[in-house]
Amino acid sequence: MSNEPMTVYVRGMGLVGPGLTNWIDAAAVLREPSLWINQPSVVPAPMILPPAERRRAGAIVKLSLAVAEQACAASGADPHTLATVFSASSGEPANCHAMCEVLASADRLVSPTRFTNSVHNAGAGYWHIAQHARAPSTSLCGFDASLGAGLLEAAVQCVSAQRPVLLVASDVPYLEPLHAVRPMPDAFGLALVLDSAPPAGAVARLRVGIAEPGAALTRCDHAGLEALRGVIPAARSLPLLQALARGVSAALVMAYLDSLSLTVQVDFAPQ
Amino acid sequence: MKRVAVSDYTLVSALGVGRAPTLAALREGRSGLARRQFETAALDTWIGEAEGVDAIRLPAALAEFECRNNRLAQMGLDADGFAQRVAQARARYGAHRVGVFLGTSTSGILQTELAYRRRDPGTGALPADFHYAQTHNTYSVADYVRRALALQGPAFVVSTACSSGAKVFGNAARMMALGLIDAAVVGGIDTLCLTTLYGFNSLELLSSEICRPYDTNRNGLSVGEAAAFALLERDAETPQAWLLGVGETSDGHHMSSPHPEGAGAAEAMRAALAQAGIEAGDVDYINLHGTATPNNDSAEDMAVSAVFGPATPCSSTKGATGHTLGAAGGVEAAVAMLALQHGFMPGGLNRLAPDAALHCNYIDTSRAAPVKFVASNSFGFGGSNACLVFGAAA
Repeated sequence: MSNEPMTVYVRGMGLVGPGLTNWIDAAAVLREPSLWINQPSVVPAPMILPPAERRRAGAIVKLSLAVAEQACAASGADPHTLATVFSASSGEPANCHAMCEVLASADRLVSPTRFTNSVHNAGAGYWHIAQHARAPSTSLCGFDASLGAGLLEAAVQCVSAQRPVLLVASDVPYLEPLHAVRPMPDAFGLALVLDSAPPAGAVARLRVGIAEPGAALTRCDHAGLEALRGVIPAARSLPLLQALARGVSAALVMAYLDSLSLTVQVDFAPQ
Repeated sequence: MKRVAVSDYTLVSALGVGRAPTLAALREGRSGLARRQFETAALDTWIGEAEGVDAIRLPAALAEFECRNNRLAQMGLDADGFAQRVAQARARYGAHRVGVFLGTSTSGILQTELAYRRRDPGTGALPADFHYAQTHNTYSVADYVRRALALQGPAFVVSTACSSGAKVFGNAARMMALGLIDAAVVGGIDTLCLTTLYGFNSLELLSSEICRPYDTNRNGLSVGEAAAFALLERDAETPQAWLLGVGETSDGHHMSSPHPEGAGAAEAMRAALAQAGIEAGDVDYINLHGTATPNNDSAEDMAVSAVFGPATPCSSTKGATGHTLGAAGGVEAAVAMLALQHGFMPGGLNRLAPDAALHCNYIDTSRAAPVKFVASNSFGFGGSNACLVFGAAA
């Protein structure tokens, strides 16, 4: 059976990372990375959540919703009907630490809110509640391969169902003591609204496929961004984000699993 | 969708190791639930514990993956010759053409719970023998299974709480339809841990009695554990069953309560039937999500009644296995295939007083009957809904 790449169109992007405030501001930096300043990621409060949910939401939910909002706004897609793929290399880190601490204590008084927020699909759940959206949604984990898993599955769903799909990939570092066994320097999240047909105003065409074994990975052309790509799973998207910001065709090989990489051919002015 | 062959499947749960003891228990109406404690939990509840998990040792090369969740996964791979059947598929298609998509909700979090009791009193550090990536991380069970089976195709974990083990069938079917893979190992694995026992207890969803799905006095679930696997192939000459449809929706309603009328759940069932290209009336038996929480069973009953009407026989097998959470979709897919292959409908156990407010045709005792099509429901926190439709091989 042949391994034809899947063709999808990018309608909108969202981004929050170290020195990358949002897609619009970050695009200039991604085009000219000498402008990049390594500053801590700033995650805005998710205004789409009602106040009670906003208080309960942890860092990874806030990050996921922030980038999802950016991408949806840019795309013009209706979030009420948008299918979603959320991918993250962990659940809510602070929540996990608090649960493990209380379970190691004498009283084991687990907070019901913490337990509810401990599910890996918390971000997807809050997003669909905020949007009153009954569209299909999945939540994935691939450890360091989470971004690749999400991109692959989002493209698969987009082409299979011939409908737009929102991809959200986000990672947030743990506190100690888990940080020592899973180090990560900062939070990084991105979102892409993908569509199966070229809509008016599409940013780019992507052809996503599985690479031949041994294909060399595409690196960032800037040491600081390349360092981020190596240490935060969602930052493995940086070569793709740079290509999208620059508007220049690119043939990328993106890291997925150790034995399996993805090819992403990026082209512009799609017909 | 184009139908997908289920070439082989197996499961390990409180009902036993493999298909034969599971089939016998379901036919005889035996529950695997028992009033007992797990680890150091001090809760008045019933649990569905798989026997012999901690006697398992993983292969030496994968020793860093040692934890209850991966041990139970290995028990599943060893059951019914499943790993050998996967090896045949690997030889036929190539390791890069076989995917691994597994559902879990808590992965090996028990290992972290135990490690937090052994933190360095001075620094707070976790013990040196704790391996985060191989045990705690949500992906660890798929990583383990992929290595244990020497597969190199696409892989990830789906973690959408209690619908996880059902949704993976859809991931595999889509990738096969697009030609990205030729076969996939799918299923669900979740093991007992303090997080879920104390967590469901904090939400007042854990029953102190044996769980009683669809009973008028149902007051919560009994937590179980299981590993369930299926080998899906693009085609097969002698499949065990066919996967015909996968319906997936969101509630968009509440993080821990279902939509009161099961609107998202009903949409998932309709989507699965549409994919399968059959009518609701063609379905012979529905394996319900049926957790025995007051809200789940009433919302699911409304959804099932809306889609199927009041006649289709249905039951929840969680009175036998307990709620195996992220594994439940895989376990109940296996139950669906046992029903198709052996011509029976499993009864729902532990119901003392039928709830007059529920309208679907709930069956209490197992019955022999020809079964051509089965639908299986799985719903999870975060408002995640999935419905699978399987058809008999013949």
